[in-house]
Amino acid sequence: MSQSLIDLLRTVKPTAIVGSSVAAGDATVIVVREQLLDVMTFLRDDPRCRMDVLMDVTAVDYSEFDPALRHAVTPLDAGNSAGLPRFEVVYHLLSMPHRQRIRVKVALPEDDCHVQTMCSLWISANWGEREAYDMFGVQFDGHPDLRRVLMYEEFVGHPLRKDFAQRGYQPLVPMPNLADYADNEIYR
Amino acid sequence: MTMTASQKLTQIRSELRTEEAEIINDKMIINMGPSHPATHGTVKFVLTLDGETVDDVDITIGYLHRGFEKMAEAGTWQQVLPYTDRLNYVSPLINNVGYVGAVEKLWGVEITPRAKYIRMLISELSRMTDHLTSIAAGALELGGFTPFLYGVEAREALYPLVEELTGARLTTSYTRIGGLAKDIPDGYEQHMNTALAHVEGLMIKVDKLLTKNRIFYDRMMHTGVLSQEDAISSGCTGVMLRCTGVDWDLRKHQPYLAYDELDFDVIVGSRGDNYDRYLCRMEELGQSVKMIRQIFKQMPKGPINVGDWKVCLPPKDAVYNSIEGMIAHFKLVTEGHQVPPGEAYFAVEGGNGEVGFHIVSQGNGRPYRVKVRPPCFYAMGILRKMLVGHMLADIIPTFDTLNMIGGEVDR
Repeated sequence: MSQSLIDLLRTVKPTAIVGSSVAAGDATVIVVREQLLDVMTFLRDDPRCRMDVLMDVTAVDYSEFDPALRHAVTPLDAGNSAGLPRFEVVYHLLSMPHRQRIRVKVALPEDDCHVQTMCSLWISANWGEREAYDMFGVQFDGHPDLRRVLMYEEFVGHPLRKDFAQRGYQPLVPMPNLADYADNEIYR
Repeated sequence: MTMTASQKLTQIRSELRTEEAEIINDKMIINMGPSHPATHGTVKFVLTLDGETVDDVDITIGYLHRGFEKMAEAGTWQQVLPYTDRLNYVSPLINNVGYVGAVEKLWGVEITPRAKYIRMLISELSRMTDHLTSIAAGALELGGFTPFLYGVEAREALYPLVEELTGARLTTSYTRIGGLAKDIPDGYEQHMNTALAHVEGLMIKVDKLLTKNRIFYDRMMHTGVLSQEDAISSGCTGVMLRCTGVDWDLRKHQPYLAYDELDFDVIVGSRGDNYDRYLCRMEELGQSVKMIRQIFKQMPKGPINVGDWKVCLPPKDAVYNSIEGMIAHFKLVTEGHQVPPGEAYFAVEGGNGEVGFHIVSQGNGRPYRVKVRPPCFYAMGILRKMLVGHMLADIIPTFDTLNMIGGEVDR
């Protein structure tokens, strides 16, 4: 059943899908970044897919992953020259009517680390993408409220990146300047 | 015709003279939390109040962030397990089951039938402690001290069973990749039956005190309403989703372990308000009791661990008396489980909804990435929409029935 969903996507969006696999019981597709919103809209709205729940949004930093084993997690099609960039944003979708799941991944290079937001399709994308931004520094274009969610605003760095040290210190947060609050119309 | 609180306020304003209206036109900003006596869980609400109506609210989480996902990358696969106890700390056993389930799914390990049944047993036991905490604390925060004591007494009847099984009330770490730490002790079924009878008696008392209590009813009914579309779109699962009338329970609709062999009902609400969430939890407690009794009846005999020494530690007799056993033990402990490269997502029905684990392995005995999908995190994402436009006092029951657990939201 998972394979038939991948086949359907490959038929309908042939240029958008650059890799797919069914491994460990999970279906995975790798989507071109520019067509992600298009594919996701199709997945949500088409009666054959009906992916009505965006279960989770996360990212993975592959900078310390063995390149020889990368095919196990990034099953690109043979002959694809897309390369293996550092980051991948991972979306887990669930279709309650079809009782089916799919994992959608999109690869992002380190120096151009942004992807379109899915907030227009699912409400859960809002906080999920905030967390991916907080932890990995992935920018989500068009996100209405892209702030940190688990860490505090003054936190330096993105903790789940592999080059972020396991142990370390953060700078002290300065006291807020009360004069800044005085300018806020609410306090006047 | 029913009016929302903000509509009522607008109507009152229109009847006032100008100077009076100006006085109450000022909006007030109030900081509620991070540590507030009427919320269980550490979360900050920055409220913009218009009279007693919530005009806007900014919800800040993260006060309990320990860096679970970062810590998980530092140890071996088995060393992650104690951290999972601290995710949802009122139902730690479900997290244990979810995490090892994800590793087994990636590895393709099929656990023994007896291990499946014991894992279901501990899941249902944990679900009961989770729901009891939610109901009891919720009643307390609305002023009901007696139902709180009954609820906690019921929970205290169950915690000794967890302790008897795992050696700890809370930091259980009971499951192992490929099986369990130990089999259930002798006489466990009898202890369980005694405790369940006690819990059932207490639940009747709680039900008599709360369900038709006028004050409780008025605070809960039609407050914190969540529409079905919002619940689905915002990724709500568990009671939060079912209270809106969506028939979805992982145990029934995507069964894992041996849940397809049990006879139980999925409890579904209709209004999506706080009262429905309370009723759903009360009914699910009954279902869990029913399932635990079935589990004991149907539990097969046999080993609890898979026989493969690459997955499970060999028995101590083999470790001390044979070369193969000792080497297997040594390699498993020092090098970690050799989970093949790849990734997997495995979800279980937790106390609050779908607890999912997304794991990535590069085959060197250590997790490359462990991502938890906490059910409360996405429920907190829709909480703002449930609060804005309603009364300040409705925050308390709404936040209670959402049952945010700081440990799993903040990780």
